[in-house]
Amino acid sequence: MKRAMFGLLAVLLAASPVSAQTDPVPAPPAPEADPCEVPAYILFGEAKLDHVKKAVDEHKKLNILVLGSGSSILPGTDGANKSYPGRLEQLLQKRFPAVEIKVAAVAKPRLTAADMNESLEKVLLDRKPDLVVWQTGTVDAMRGIDPESFRTSLDEGVDQILESGADVILMNMQYSPRTETMISLSNYSDIMRVVARDRGVPLFDRREIMRHWNDSGNFDLNLATKDVTTAFKVHDCLGQALSSLVIDAAHLNGMKPRPTQ
Amino acid sequence: MAPAIPTDRDLRLDLFRGIALWLIYLDHIPSNIVAWITIRNYGFSDATEIFIFISGFTAAFVYGRAMTDYGFIVASARIEKRAWQIYVAHIFLFVIYMGQIAYVARGFQNPLYAEEMNILEFLQQPDVTLVQALLLKFKPVNMDVLPLYIVLMALFPPALWLLLRNATVALALSVALYALTWEFGWNLPAYPSGTWFFNPFAWQLLFVFGAWCALGGAEKLHGLIHSRVTLGVAIAYLVFAFFITMTWYFPRLAPLVPKELADHIYPIDKTNLDVMRFAHFLALATITVYFVPRDWPPLKSAWFKPAILCGQHSLEIFCLGVFLAFAAHFVKVEISPGIPMQIAVSVFGILIMVGVAWLLTWYKEATARRTAKRAADQTTALAGGEE
Repeated sequence: MKRAMFGLLAVLLAASPVSAQTDPVPAPPAPEADPCEVPAYILFGEAKLDHVKKAVDEHKKLNILVLGSGSSILPGTDGANKSYPGRLEQLLQKRFPAVEIKVAAVAKPRLTAADMNESLEKVLLDRKPDLVVWQTGTVDAMRGIDPESFRTSLDEGVDQILESGADVILMNMQYSPRTETMISLSNYSDIMRVVARDRGVPLFDRREIMRHWNDSGNFDLNLATKDVTTAFKVHDCLGQALSSLVIDAAHLNGMKPRPTQ
Repeated sequence: MAPAIPTDRDLRLDLFRGIALWLIYLDHIPSNIVAWITIRNYGFSDATEIFIFISGFTAAFVYGRAMTDYGFIVASARIEKRAWQIYVAHIFLFVIYMGQIAYVARGFQNPLYAEEMNILEFLQQPDVTLVQALLLKFKPVNMDVLPLYIVLMALFPPALWLLLRNATVALALSVALYALTWEFGWNLPAYPSGTWFFNPFAWQLLFVFGAWCALGGAEKLHGLIHSRVTLGVAIAYLVFAFFITMTWYFPRLAPLVPKELADHIYPIDKTNLDVMRFAHFLALATITVYFVPRDWPPLKSAWFKPAILCGQHSLEIFCLGVFLAFAAHFVKVEISPGIPMQIAVSVFGILIMVGVAWLLTWYKEATARRTAKRAADQTTALAGGEE
């Protein structure tokens, strides 16, 4: 969003094609540019993942649960490995070989936040996660769930996870340019931001991150295709961005500075 | 006693309604960089508040005169006719929307968006979808304002009747309904679930307040609006709102908002016309009225003519704007989503809106001249103009 504002200012003031200095969006990325690059202003927040730090430092174990709906799943035999939960596990394991890392995805299409809440107690008991990545919002927006109920579901769910001792990351919707005039997301993503702020948990702003990748030409998210290649690449990048959020917010040892800073 | 209703048209209303229509158009184009100039990014309220307030104001102005001249029944019939026109316009837009969706659905597949594509399921049961749309329960994205307007107009006759008899009581009842709505959570049901995005029980306050201002309320407020203290408070509030809004875009600023304040003001509820939004609109309106008097000379200048023309044909231009926003999104998806295209569709869209408004005015004036020649006496009595 900030990028958009700068872009607009540049256009209005210069009344000429946006100069490379003021516009952080280069037209086609250079071949060596990292397509997964996320500007620092999107990966933000003061919120910390203290429990994750403790699990890694003291127990050398990290048990992550991804709770989500259809956009946390990819089809095919390789889908589980190539989707962002699978990528998150591989990336973190590679980064911390001495730690036993497990990422389990409990995700089904068409689940609203309230649906996920219903099974939350059992899932927390069964899996005993150190960190829950809660991906939600899309289905609620599609069904036009009452925003107040959506907020209540989020509040209750986050509280329940925190009470179980685990940390939480909220993940909002995908950026989907094709369906922008069909699904009204803003109200629901605003609510997720308010809840994350209110409960002091990190928000993984998947919508802004993917919008950035689309607008800067890293990925063409308008593409109509049956091929799963782009989806794999996008999920790989999401896994990378999510792992840097986890490492960053948990202040894990040996943390390298973010590539963009 | 009926209050005196001013007879000549206040061009400021047309000007600001026209600008509001442009802003609504810009905001309705998804991922549009030009939408950063719209007021919703710099404060709590947006163009919807302006549109509903001015619609209430002009409805009272036009139909209030009809009610004093021809009585309750005739004026009510004219108001209901207007509500019917808006309803037909809404259904027309809905059909266009369905057409666009059906087209997109046919050509689009991407495993990344399997979940999002479920939104197209309503195409598989057109019977339910169409009936729910006719009942105003199924409202696609960006098509929430007209249903609100329909309900407000359809229920306007008794409100107008009371406003003409005792404006203060009418306004007090409106405030009471607003307060009760907040207390008990009243709203109309929507399909497939949830409630109306613009809650009519809450938003009626703005419409009735606009009508109240038109029927003498603005005169009563004259002293208050033109006092320097009020101006200072209004400016302070706008600055405050600007700062709060900036913390949404620049997360690093967010910690500057004290938690107690944040707990108090969030969430700022658009559905139920949050008090913060209403106050923001009042502040904007106060400053506008303070600096733009009714006889402000530039109002007659050519620069403001395009916006004024759009404001004078609000229903047509509003519908056109919704259609153009769909079309703009379509062009962006099919041709190019980049910034040059965003600027191009924004500018062309507004030019089309101005062009159509100009045509409508030309047509209206041409026919009016003819009619005037034929029956010079009758026209003055009946030419209410568009509300």
